[in-house]
Amino acid sequence: MKTNRRNAINLGLTGIFLLFCAWSVWLAHNDFARRAASGYLGFLKEMLSVMPMMFVLIGIFDVWVPQDVVERHVGEKAGPIAVVWMILLAMLQIGPLYGAFPVAAALWKKGCAARYVFIYLGAFSVMKLPMLSFEITFLGWKFSLVRLMLTLPVFIAIGYVMGRSQTCANMKNATMG
Amino acid sequence: MLAFNVIGLCILVVCFALDRRKTVRSVRRGLMMFWKIVPEMSVVLILISIALAVLTPAQLRQWLSVDTPAHFATALVVGSIALIPGFIAFPLAGVLLRNGASVSLVAGFVTTLLMVGVVTLPMEARYFGWRTALIRNGLSFIGAAAIALAMGRLL
Repeated sequence: MKTNRRNAINLGLTGIFLLFCAWSVWLAHNDFARRAASGYLGFLKEMLSVMPMMFVLIGIFDVWVPQDVVERHVGEKAGPIAVVWMILLAMLQIGPLYGAFPVAAALWKKGCAARYVFIYLGAFSVMKLPMLSFEITFLGWKFSLVRLMLTLPVFIAIGYVMGRSQTCANMKNATMG
Repeated sequence: MLAFNVIGLCILVVCFALDRRKTVRSVRRGLMMFWKIVPEMSVVLILISIALAVLTPAQLRQWLSVDTPAHFATALVVGSIALIPGFIAFPLAGVLLRNGASVSLVAGFVTTLLMVGVVTLPMEARYFGWRTALIRNGLSFIGAAAIALAMGRLL
């Protein structure tokens, strides 16, 4: 019920903004309005071209992959090799960080240890392959390599710290799927 | 983008061949989850596009090309709040570096941009709870600042 109302408000805001976009594209000769509208339409296109497939794959993961498989490889008792699995999974994905949250939640629900969930989020935010290739093009391989070497231990450490803290009890109660 | 969708489609086809009903159930579940979050994503995108319209790349360039501790702090804060997509942020960072901006400042901007997301906090909190989301972003911010300072030393 609460979610429905929130969604209705957000959809309403989106509708108003779309009207604003239409107005700014066809009628207004205002630079600011035009920039905001074209920015939004670009982002919307990006989101709609990645997210539906991402969520379909989450659905497949949810229905097809048995819980004990996840637990065995990346669960509480899994060894550090799980870190490699999480990083590989994250590297192969594309899209903005907010697309990784539902994946992380699905992993958690299936019994992935909290520390590995957060390592996945860290790896997703800084080492996606499509993003790396972009970074190397514009900032050079030296910059990217040094940044990676420094970032890798940092987000792994953050993952372990998050996994230890009690905060993860919250995750079980958080709304999912 | 295309490669991702093609690979996803291939997985979908294989699953469909293996078990039709299970696959239909998966797709429905996935799309339901998508539908639940899409209005919120849209509002986040609206906020980002308005912010980017207010704050043009040219203005950012001006801000980030001076190297003082205050500007370094600004770079970290702007990078944390903004959610600038890579195809704008990396070329901008490249221009900054070539124009002689300090490495730690550019690294701080890029790293907070990637690791910390203030605008997306409500979405993160929806999946993990506010406490967890805030702690993760706080730790990421500290980590990003440390990475940026270390990069300034190394490069």
